[in-house]
Amino acid sequence: MIFLELFFRFFFVGLFSVGGGLATLPFLTDMGEVTGWFNQTDISNMIAISESTPGPIGINMATYVGFQMGEGLGGMPGGLFGALVAPLGLTAPALILVLAISKVLLKFRSSKYVEWVFYGLRAASLGLIASACMGVAKIAFFSADVFAESGNFLMAVDYKSIILSVLIFIGVTKFKKIHPIVFILIAAVVGVVFKF
Amino acid sequence: MKLLFDLFVIFARIGGFTFGGGYAMLPMLQKEVVEKRKWATQDELMDYYAIGQCTPGIIAVNVATFIGTKLRGFWGALFATLGVITPSIIIIMIIAAFISGFQDIEIVTHAFNGIRAAVVALILSSVIKLSKKSIVDKITVVIFVLVAILSFFTDISPVVFIIAVAFISLAVNMIKEKKMKGGKEK
Repeated sequence: MIFLELFFRFFFVGLFSVGGGLATLPFLTDMGEVTGWFNQTDISNMIAISESTPGPIGINMATYVGFQMGEGLGGMPGGLFGALVAPLGLTAPALILVLAISKVLLKFRSSKYVEWVFYGLRAASLGLIASACMGVAKIAFFSADVFAESGNFLMAVDYKSIILSVLIFIGVTKFKKIHPIVFILIAAVVGVVFKF
Repeated sequence: MKLLFDLFVIFARIGGFTFGGGYAMLPMLQKEVVEKRKWATQDELMDYYAIGQCTPGIIAVNVATFIGTKLRGFWGALFATLGVITPSIIIIMIIAAFISGFQDIEIVTHAFNGIRAAVVALILSSVIKLSKKSIVDKITVVIFVLVAILSFFTDISPVVFIIAVAFISLAVNMIKEKKMKGGKEK
């Protein structure tokens, strides 16, 4: 019964959080307070883990929260079940909604009004992606902690990361056939070897 | 059947190697979905991202659902979506069950710092590639620059940008058409 509640709580998060995984955060904080399934420390652990594992951040967070909640209830089996229920609940509303929207879109794809809307939307969407890229760059190239400690802007700049990023950018541009996964793996190895 | 299986596997591969959320998925989608398999065009991918940002839910899941629906309707959507979330669920389950303090393990931090540098380069190269199709004239340049800067420096939700630009874009094109018609009549 409580797993049904878990499903529907995440269903509502999925229904109302718009704009990507981190948009689920305020809803999760609220859920923790209302249900007592997890606390603020769990949430900050969850963000750290979600961001250092592959996959959509929202799904990672839901899985982690589902596990925490289920484990408290029924040990390991409960945890695994919760880890399955929560992300499925989170995904279900988007699946239904987008399915409906994309049916409509496919039908009106050739309408000139749809084309007119998308003419600007494509540029806006790319702008959002560029902004996300700048966000990652800020974290990757600049250490806010070091800056706060030393007050020295130049010391807080991570030159190793910038060099790696530039090299990979040249690699991607020159060798178009190489899969992005290869670059990610190379970067992980470089990060470990050179202690990034 | 084969296509459904492919959808699941390809999206699982994309989900398993996306670090840093839905936006970081873009380079992978371009490679697998647009270039290698031709399941969608560049334009369609951008449209899905645009809508995926203002519909509720995870962007990665929304984009997977769009591509799945286009290829095989409901079942396509289901398989693509399950594909993109499966690796996450398995990996997080393992970490949550067996590894405490995962995020503090030194080797993980180093690897992830390296990956972040790669993600910046990969997304940037995708943005450049896509800009040829999306940024076509002065108006789209202005939209792109304004949205990128405002979104980076303020806390305004992506939804606001998408909805505002949808109306602006419609209005601009209507005015354009009116002008063209007016010009012809003269």
